[in-house]
Amino acid sequence: MTDSVRTRSPSRKRVLLTLLLACMLTLVPMPLKLIWLRPAWLLMVLVYWIVMFPRFAGVGVAFLAGLMLDVLTGSLLGEHALALTIPAFLIMRVRMRFRFFPLLQQALGVLALVLVYQLILFCVQGFLGQPPVTSAYWLSSVTSMLLWPWVFIVLDRWQRHIGPV
Amino acid sequence: MFTRESHAIARTFFLVALSLFLMVFDWRMGAQNQLRAFLSVPLAGIQYLVSEPVQGVKKVASVLHSYQHLLMENESLKTDQLKLQAKVQRLAAIESENRALRAMLRSSGNVQGRVLIAHLLAIDSDPFVRQLTLNRGHRDGLYRGQPVLDAWGLVGQVMAVNPFTSHVLLVNDPRSGVPVQVVRNGVRAIAVGDAATGGLRLVNVPQTADILPGDQLITSGLGENFPPGYPVGRVQEVDRNPGLQFATIPVTPAARLDRGGQVLLVWPDRPEQPSQPQQTGSATENPVSGAPS
Repeated sequence: MTDSVRTRSPSRKRVLLTLLLACMLTLVPMPLKLIWLRPAWLLMVLVYWIVMFPRFAGVGVAFLAGLMLDVLTGSLLGEHALALTIPAFLIMRVRMRFRFFPLLQQALGVLALVLVYQLILFCVQGFLGQPPVTSAYWLSSVTSMLLWPWVFIVLDRWQRHIGPV
Repeated sequence: MFTRESHAIARTFFLVALSLFLMVFDWRMGAQNQLRAFLSVPLAGIQYLVSEPVQGVKKVASVLHSYQHLLMENESLKTDQLKLQAKVQRLAAIESENRALRAMLRSSGNVQGRVLIAHLLAIDSDPFVRQLTLNRGHRDGLYRGQPVLDAWGLVGQVMAVNPFTSHVLLVNDPRSGVPVQVVRNGVRAIAVGDAATGGLRLVNVPQTADILPGDQLITSGLGENFPPGYPVGRVQEVDRNPGLQFATIPVTPAARLDRGGQVLLVWPDRPEQPSQPQQTGSATENPVSGAPS
């Protein structure tokens, strides 16, 4: 098990590349009406790496990725770092079980994780005095759930079938 | 492997504490946060990496249904039009000032300083943050607190300047406040951003103030951050609830804050204080400490 994992373990460069791609997807402009539907790309990618290759990604990587997102999107420095660190910790606790869930069940787990992520952002924004005014805010977790099987399959295929970057 | 697992809780606690500290720090420091400025230098590349293809696609689409020279002509005409419209805005303001027989022509005569057209980077910012990212930075001589206009009115002010990009705080951000006056009679007020409506509202206006729905608001120039005379918005309605101390006055912003495209950066001339350091571009901190925020 460990051996087989080690033989096809990813390079750190590849982890970094996917995290950067997730950040870029978060920045891509979207129509104003669909703005709340944007899935939590970065969290989904982090969940994949934490579940499949915990040696390469953990709470530290989640924190740094969140910090990067904070600088890129102009949100309060540390806001996304906090909002990603806690789900990353949660998924680390259950990753062995999560790993062998069927994809649809995993998607439900992702829904819960993204809700935690959004709840933290909601609380921070509430402290700042500008909580989201529309309940469409929570739709992001649903789109993340629906996209999770595809994100998982794409990352997994890329990870298995293409040689190291 | 096992030490990793057992340290995970401690590590998480540390990171949570660190992020809480960072948030408080960032909140207290605001735009003066040097850490953010430091981190955003290498990350500016990512923003360009996202923005360029998006704008490239837009450009390809426009080439497909128009001739190349028409496109270029259109581009230059748009630039000219933006500059002219900004001048027309100034003229309307000077007219009203004349009508009010105020001796403000002295100050408005030298407002038209250097201007620079900037493009918005085609990236979305956090939905809670009302800011724009521009493709101009230190190297173009931008400074913090610099007014930003579009063809229709005041867009906001430059909040943070990085070497290659800069962030603009929009007038409808709750952190933004603009000293304004009514064109019709010169009543002064402060217009702050309203997070709930996405517009602006006037604060601390007495119930008896002479402000009517439809009144046009322009920058008053008080506070010296914004040059006087640029349109800020139009009064939507005036709600004089006797139970409240002040009138509730929502304002529709004049600038098209939700449109992409170009904006105008202005270097207002300030006769009363030497403003040369602002234009060199090397000293970005001087105008910040000098300007009241």
